Amino acid sequence: MYLAQVKKALLTYKKGYIDGLPIALGYLSVSFTFGITAVGMGIPPLAAILISMTNLTSAGQVAGIEIIAACGGHIEMAMAQLVINMRYALMGISLSQKLDKKYSLLHRIISSFGITDEIFAVASGQDGDIPPCYMYGLITLPYIFWAAGTAAGALLGAILPETIQAALGIAIYGMFIAIVIPPAKKSRGVLAVALIAAVLSCIIKYVPLFSGVTSGTSVIICAIAAAGLGAVLFPQKTGEEAAANE
Amino acid sequence: MSDSTLYLVTSIAVMALVTYMIRMLPLAVFRKKIKSQLALNFLYYVPFAVLSAMTIPAVFTSCGESTAAMISSAAGFCVALLLAYFERGLLTVAVSACAAAFVTDIITGLLGIA
Repeated sequence: MYLAQVKKALLTYKKGYIDGLPIALGYLSVSFTFGITAVGMGIPPLAAILISMTNLTSAGQVAGIEIIAACGGHIEMAMAQLVINMRYALMGISLSQKLDKKYSLLHRIISSFGITDEIFAVASGQDGDIPPCYMYGLITLPYIFWAAGTAAGALLGAILPETIQAALGIAIYGMFIAIVIPPAKKSRGVLAVALIAAVLSCIIKYVPLFSGVTSGTSVIICAIAAAGLGAVLFPQKTGEEAAANE
Repeated sequence: MSDSTLYLVTSIAVMALVTYMIRMLPLAVFRKKIKSQLALNFLYYVPFAVLSAMTIPAVFTSCGESTAAMISSAAGFCVALLLAYFERGLLTVAVSACAAAFVTDIITGLLGIA
């Protein structure tokens, strides 16, 4: 009885672990670039690795090393992280609706550390509720590769030819596209939300009026506006059915 | 510990703590299922909105800011879009986008586009 439970938990963990592999490979190129950038700004390699191991976020970390390189204050650092990473709170609330009964407070406190854009996206694409083992499995490889990629970039980034470095920059976006397009084919709501978010994001980026808006804030504004419009204009029957329709 | 090391360590600590709190609190606080249909619909659409806003327009400068790099980025984007439309896996789409960008970069290099 007990053994069967352990076996089932291990299987669930393994499923998450495998689902995490593409995310991890995507992260490798991004964290590699982060390592190179950090060392280029004068951050010691060990500190760059420590940042990746304690933060596990791309945009926030880049903003963080920029602040450290400019000797910015702790308040500035806290505010920047709050604004850029606020999208995780939105994702956390969304994800909280998909966690299964085994998800105790302790599991929530531990596994929330691993919420990133991609891990959230893959987890929310799962059919049905998510058990803690799946989440831990999903987080494992991306976490290891994020740290390892940073170490590799920080310690030996200069070796890689520039052409390859540049081409790797698109990996993470390829992954995003692969997550959004298939459900957008099936659901007009998803397609509309993705298009609205893309248009808003372009407006914020290119209209001079919004030039002061940081990329993290832009994501929050676009997400709230596009998902809000989608919820009003293209209501799904229930959250569960909506997930099952994918 | 020197002043600069202390600054570095405390900065990283502030950064990590704020980022973790943002992730942990919503998951720890929202323990009940939300009933509001509007809220559920909104939350269902959030990931797609987030990913789309993060991808566009950033993807078009993902290989760099030069004309050649933007052509490479656009080629990678088109390949990713096409493969995603035919529902290939995350890894296939990501690696193919990189390969397309890489090959395009070589071609534009041969053509003398900077």
